[in-house]
Amino acid sequence: MPDGLEVLVCVKRVPASGARVPLTPDGLHVDTRHLGFTIGPHEECAVEEAVRLVGEHGGRATVLAAGPPEVAEQLRYALAMGADRAVLVDTGSDELDPQATAAAIGQAVAELAAEKPPDLVLFGDSSADAGHFQVGVRVACGLGLPIVGGIKGVEVGDGVVRLRREVADGDERYVLPLPAAAGVREGLNLPRYPNLPGRLRAKKAAVHTIVARPEPGGLRTVRLRQPADEATGPVWLGRGAAAAPAVVDVLDELGVV
Amino acid sequence: MSALPSRAEVVVIGAGIVGNSVAYHLAEAGWRDIVLLDKGPLPDPGGSTGHASNFIFPVDHSREITALTLDSMRQYEKLGTLTTCGGVEIARTPERVEELRRRLASATAWGVPSELVSAERVGQLMPFVNTDVVLAGFWTPSVAVVDPLQAGALMREQASAQGALTVSAGTEITAIHTEHGRVRGVATSRGDIATETVVICCGVWSPRIAELAGARLPLTPAVHQMIDVGPIPELAATGTEIAYPIIRDMDAMMYERQSGADLEIGSYAHRPILHEPEDIPSIEAAALSPTQLPFTHDDFDPQLEDALELFGQLLDTPGAGIRHAINGLLSLTPDGAPLLGPLPEVDGLWSAAAVWIKEGPGVGRMMAEWMTHGCTETDLHGADVARFYPHQRTRPFVRARANEGFNKTYGIVHPREQWASGRRQRLSPFFERERELGAEFFEVGGWERPQWYESNRDLLAEFGDRIPERPHEWDARWWSPVSNAEHLAMRERAAMIDLSAFAQFDVAGPGALGYLQELAMAQLDRPVGRLCYTPVLTPDGGFRSDLTVVRLGEDRFRVITGGADGARDAYWFRSHLPADGSVTFTDVTSGVCTLGLWGPRARDVLSAVTEDDVSGEAFAFGIAREIVVGEVPVLALRVSYVGDLGWELHAPFEQGRALWDAIAEAGARFGVVPAGIGVYGTTGRLEKGYRLMGAELDAEYDPVEAGLALPRVKAADFVGKQAYLAAREAGPAATLCTLTVDDHTSSAGIPRYPQGGEPILTPAGERITDRKGRGSFVTSAGAAPSLGSYLLMAYLPPEHAVEGTRLLVEYMAERYPVTVARAGRTPLFDPDDTRMKA
Amino acid sequence: MLLIVLDGTEPAPGVLGLAQALGGPVHAVAFGRDDDAAAEIAAGLAKQGVGVLHTLRHPLLGDYGPEAYGEALAQLVGRLRPEGVLAAGTDHGTEILAHTAARTGLPLATNCLSVTGGPRWQLTRVRGGGMLLEDAELDAPVKLVTAAQGAEAPSETAVRQECTVEEFLPDLPQELARSAIVERTPRGGGLTLATAPVVVSGGRGVGSAEGYAVLEELAGLLGGVVGCSRVATNNGWRPHSDQVGLTGTKISPRLYVACGISGATQHWVGCMDSRAILAINTDPDAPLVQRATYAVVGDVHEVVPAIVAELHARGVHPDG
Repeated sequence: MPDGLEVLVCVKRVPASGARVPLTPDGLHVDTRHLGFTIGPHEECAVEEAVRLVGEHGGRATVLAAGPPEVAEQLRYALAMGADRAVLVDTGSDELDPQATAAAIGQAVAELAAEKPPDLVLFGDSSADAGHFQVGVRVACGLGLPIVGGIKGVEVGDGVVRLRREVADGDERYVLPLPAAAGVREGLNLPRYPNLPGRLRAKKAAVHTIVARPEPGGLRTVRLRQPADEATGPVWLGRGAAAAPAVVDVLDELGVV
Repeated sequence: MSALPSRAEVVVIGAGIVGNSVAYHLAEAGWRDIVLLDKGPLPDPGGSTGHASNFIFPVDHSREITALTLDSMRQYEKLGTLTTCGGVEIARTPERVEELRRRLASATAWGVPSELVSAERVGQLMPFVNTDVVLAGFWTPSVAVVDPLQAGALMREQASAQGALTVSAGTEITAIHTEHGRVRGVATSRGDIATETVVICCGVWSPRIAELAGARLPLTPAVHQMIDVGPIPELAATGTEIAYPIIRDMDAMMYERQSGADLEIGSYAHRPILHEPEDIPSIEAAALSPTQLPFTHDDFDPQLEDALELFGQLLDTPGAGIRHAINGLLSLTPDGAPLLGPLPEVDGLWSAAAVWIKEGPGVGRMMAEWMTHGCTETDLHGADVARFYPHQRTRPFVRARANEGFNKTYGIVHPREQWASGRRQRLSPFFERERELGAEFFEVGGWERPQWYESNRDLLAEFGDRIPERPHEWDARWWSPVSNAEHLAMRERAAMIDLSAFAQFDVAGPGALGYLQELAMAQLDRPVGRLCYTPVLTPDGGFRSDLTVVRLGEDRFRVITGGADGARDAYWFRSHLPADGSVTFTDVTSGVCTLGLWGPRARDVLSAVTEDDVSGEAFAFGIAREIVVGEVPVLALRVSYVGDLGWELHAPFEQGRALWDAIAEAGARFGVVPAGIGVYGTTGRLEKGYRLMGAELDAEYDPVEAGLALPRVKAADFVGKQAYLAAREAGPAATLCTLTVDDHTSSAGIPRYPQGGEPILTPAGERITDRKGRGSFVTSAGAAPSLGSYLLMAYLPPEHAVEGTRLLVEYMAERYPVTVARAGRTPLFDPDDTRMKA
Repeated sequence: MLLIVLDGTEPAPGVLGLAQALGGPVHAVAFGRDDDAAAEIAAGLAKQGVGVLHTLRHPLLGDYGPEAYGEALAQLVGRLRPEGVLAAGTDHGTEILAHTAARTGLPLATNCLSVTGGPRWQLTRVRGGGMLLEDAELDAPVKLVTAAQGAEAPSETAVRQECTVEEFLPDLPQELARSAIVERTPRGGGLTLATAPVVVSGGRGVGSAEGYAVLEELAGLLGGVVGCSRVATNNGWRPHSDQVGLTGTKISPRLYVACGISGATQHWVGCMDSRAILAINTDPDAPLVQRATYAVVGDVHEVVPAIVAELHARGVHPDG
C-alpha cells in the first residue's frame, strides 16, 4: 500500500450505565441525566485496531459516528486514542433505527470515499445499547464491501485482510480482499487509555460534519422496560473461612464434587 | 443481616467517615444503643468518602479547621490508616508566594511544622516537577494520605465490640418523626426506630434527610473533577501507593499525587458545577457510585495543560493514559465551613455535614462531646450549623454562595474579602441615605453595613497627617484610610454609626429574670432602666457569647447581641427556655433599627433634637431610657463600644429614616460625620481594648483569661459557673494583652501591617504556647489613630503577659518587633473612661 | 407462511417457539445439503410441523460464507415472499439474516423473546444482552427476526405432517467467494468457559493475576474452569477469553462461583443463566451477592483456600 492504509472506524455514542439502566418515565429512552456516554467496548477495540494498523502500515485512521452533535465527545475520545481524523454524521437528536443509521453512515462514507476510498472499514460487532447486529453489514453491503462479523483477529498484508473469529465450536478464519469491512469484538486487543497530549490534540482537532436525515426503516421502538428482577436474596452460608464446610455441603448437593 | 432494634438512644444516619466517627466517639463517651444506618452497602456506601483523594494538608488559615484536622490525623494514625508522604504547595505567581508566606504564619500560629522552600528544593522533594514554572514552595512534611473506609470500618468494629453499636447497611430513611418540635423516631426501609436523637451524617444527601424533619441545611452538592493517569513506570517502580510528596499547584487550583502507578490529578479550577440533593442518582442508576458522576471532559481540558506543564515528564510517558476520570460530588456551604451541631428547627436533630476527609474523625469526636456535654473542646462557632439566618438557608442563596465559593477552594482569600453574590438581603432603614453618601458596604449576617463612607474622603485633608499610608496592596485591600479619618472626626466631634445589624431579643414573663440569670455571668438583677454587659458561658466556662441586657421592666428585658452571632445566640436562648411557659422569647431584630451617636459633641447633637433631659446628671452612663428624637420614640442606651460619650438609639424600624435625618440635620452644625464599622469594630474598639466575640472571645478561652472576670461572683447559678469558679481559682493560663507594633518596616523597606491570625513569637523567634498548649496569635489587629499606633491583641502566657515585654510578630514570613502595651482589660485610650462617662 | 433458518440440521427451539406463537404454515431452509442429508433433515422437521424444507444449492454454499449465504437466502425470500423469516440469534444465524436484510432492504429485529403476528408484528427484543427489554413494532412485507437465547421453546407438540424437500438454486456471483471461510479450527478437547459445568470466576476482589491460583485449584477440584470479570481483563490479570459477561462469554453452567465480583449488569447478563450461583464477597449488599443462590461474606483469599482445604479434607482431588 504505497500511501499506507486508509482505515475508517464507525463508533456509536452509548450511555455508560451501572447496575441498572434507568429509563425515562415514558419508557422511550434511557434516562441519561446521571450517565456519562462512551464508545461501546467492541468499538473501542475497533479504534485501537485502526490506530495500530496505521501505526504499522502508515496511512490514516478516520473515526466516524452518526448521531446528535454530542457524538463529538466520543469522536474526540477516539482522536485522543490516536485516530487521525473525525467525521460527525449529524442525524439530529432522535434515535435512529438500524436501517436509518446504516443509510446515514452509508451516505457519509460514500462522500468520504469520493475523496479517498477506505481500504478497511471497522465496525463494532453490535452496539452496546441497542445491539441490532446489522448496521455494519448494511453499510458494507451498500458499499459493495465484503464483511465478516465477530472478529477477534485482524492482520493486513498483500492486499488482503486476514480475519479470525471465535464461534461456539472453534475458530474460523477468513481472508477478504481489500477494500473490506469487519465487525470486531472485545478481546481483539486491549484498547489504550487516551493520554494527556492526545486529549489536548483531540480537543483542538477539527471535526468534519456531514448532515444526514435518513428515512426511517421498518423497526420502531415502542418502549423500553426493565427485565423483572427476581432477586430474593441468597442463602447465607456464613462468614469467612468458617463457611467452608457449609459451602462444601452445598457443592455436594449440587453434584459438582 | 441482623434485625433493626425498635428503640435506640441515638440513630446516626450515614456510614461515611463522619457517621462512623460520630458513632464511635458516642460509644467511647458512654452512649449505648447506637444505631448506624446507611442506604448504601458497606464498607463503601457510595458517598463522597468512597471517592475522595484522601490526602491531608493540615495547615488552614482557620484555627478551628486546623484543630479538627490535626485531631483527625492523630486518629487516623492511631487506627493505622495514615501514611505520611509530605506535601508541597507551589507558587507560580508572586501573589501566591505572598500567600504561601501568609500560610507559613498560620502554620506557625497553629503549631504545624512547615517551611518555605525554593523551586530547587521543590525539585528535590518531588523530582518530576518542572521547576521552571515554580517560584517557591510551602513544604509540610506531615502531609499524609489516609484510608477513610478502613478507618470507618475499624471505628464500627470497635464500637460494636463494646456492645454499643448496631450497624445496618442497605437501610434507607423514609421519615423522621417529630412531635412538638422534637425528634421521636425514624422510619426506615427495614422498620421503625423510636429515638430522641438523630444525627445527620449524610454528606451531599444531608439536606434531603433534614427536610424529612422539616429542617433546612444550607448545603449543595458540587462537582470536583479528578483523573488518574497511568501506568507510569517511575511511579510503579516505587512498588507502593505513595512514595512522593503530594503537590498542590495552587495557582492552577489543582493537585497531583501518586496513587500506585498512576498520577492522580484533581481540580478546583473548573466552573462551579452544582447539583441538587434530589438529583443525585440512586445506587442502582449510577454508573460508578451516586457521587461519582460522569466526567465532563470539556470542563477539565484547560487544566490538562497546566498539569502537563508541571508534570510533563510523567504525563508524557508512552502508554500512560487517563485510566479513570470522575466528576466527584462534594458538599459546599455558603461560607465553605462545615455544618455541625444541633439543628435549630428540631430538638434532638443534629447535623455533621459538609465535612472533608481531613476533618472527619475530629468532627466525630467534637460531635460526641457536644452531644454528651453540650460544649466542645475546640471552639466550633465557625462550623456551628445554627450560624445561618433564615435567608442564608434558602436554595438560591446557598447556590449563589457555593457558586462563588467553589473557586476560592485554592484561592487567595483576603481575611476581609466580601462576597459578591447574595447581597442586599437585609437593608437597614438608613440604607438609601448611606448609599447616597458613598458607603462601602460590608456584610454581616446578611446585613449591608457601611464599612466607611467615600463622602468622608475630604476628612483626609483634615486628618491625613495622622493616618499612615499602607503602601502594600494586601494590607490596604478591603480597607480605606477614610476609616481612620472617620475615627479621628468622631474623637474630635461626633459620629453616627449604623448598628441595625444587632440581633435583638425581647425576653418577658414572670420567669424572665431567673431564666436570664441562669444564662448570664453578670448580675442582671439590677434596677429597671439599667443595662448590663455580660458574658454568656458554655457549660465548661468558655465564651458562648457576650451581649448587652437591658432591664426594661420588672419582667421585661431586651437582649442585644452582634449581627454575626445573632442566629447562634437566638438558638442558645431558645433552647434554654423553661418548659413551663413562664418566659416568652421574641426576636425583635427586624422591628428595631439602631443608630449609634458618639463623640464629645454627641450630647450637643442629641439635645438639639430631643426635649428630654440628656444631661450627664439626668442620663448617666449605663442607663436605658425612652426619649423622643424629633418625632421618633427611641430607646436610648447610654453605652459605648468606641469609648466616647454617646448613645445607642433604638427606634421602630419604619421610623429609622426619620431618626437618621433628625440626627444628621442637627449634627451638621457640630461637624458630625457618618462613620463605618471600621471605626466601631476595629479602631475605636481596639483603642478601648474591647473584646470581640469570635476574635478574642470563644469557647477555648475563659473570662479570667480574657480579663472579663467580675469582682464578685453572683450568688445565682448560671451555665458555666463551676468552671468559672475553677478558672478564678486556677488563674489564667494566658492573659489577653494589647501589643503595639514597634517597627513596621519590612525587608523591602516599606511598612507592613499584620491583619490578624499571625503568631506571636519570643524575641528568639520561638513559638509561644501556654500551659494548655494553646499558641499565642493575633486575635485582632488594627490602627489606633488617636494613639498614633498600630495595635494587636493576643493571649500570652503569664511569663510574657507583662507590660513592656518585647516580642515578635511574624507576618508574611518576616518578623516585626512588638511590645506588650497592656496586659488585661484597661484601655490604652482614655484608661479611666472619662470621655465615655462625661 | 413462515420460513425458518435451521441451526445446523435442526431448528433452534426458540425459533420454533416464535413460529408457533405466530401460527400458520412453516417452511425451513438449509444451506448446501445433498439429497440424503436433506431427506434426513426433512424427516426430523416433519415431527416439528414443518411442511417444506428448501435446500439452497450452489458451489459457493459448500462452506459457510456470510455473503453467499445471505444472498442465497435473499433470493429465496424474493421467490417465496414468506410473511417472515426466523433464525436463531447465534453468530451464524444473526449474520446470515443481517446479510439478507441488507440485500433485500428489509428491516431486521434481532434477539426477540416473543412476537405477536398481524399486519405489523409486535415484538419484545433483548437489548444490551439482557439489561433492557424493548417492545417494538416490525413493519415490512417480509419480517426478518432472530430469536434470543432466552426465547421460549414451543409450548405444545407440533402436529406431525409430511415435510417435502424443495431445491432452490440461487444465482450467486462468483465474487461472493471472497468472504467464504478458509479455515476452521475446532476447539481443542477439554472444557471451555462456554461448556464447563462449573465456572470459578474472580473479579476486583481477587486483586492480582497471582490471586487466581487458588481459584484455578478450586476449579480443578470441581471439574470446572476459571472465568473472570471485565475488571480482571482490563487490569491484565486474565485474558479476554476468560471474561464472562456481555462483551465476553455468556455462560450457563450448573454452578457459577463468583469470587470478589460485585456484579455490574455487564457481568450479570453473562452469568444469569447459571443454574446456581455461589457468591463470595466482603460486601453482602453487592448486586451479585443479592442475586446469587448462595453467598459467603468474606475475603476471597480467606474463603476460597478454606473451601479447597475442606474439599481436600473430604477426600476430593483433581479428577477424583
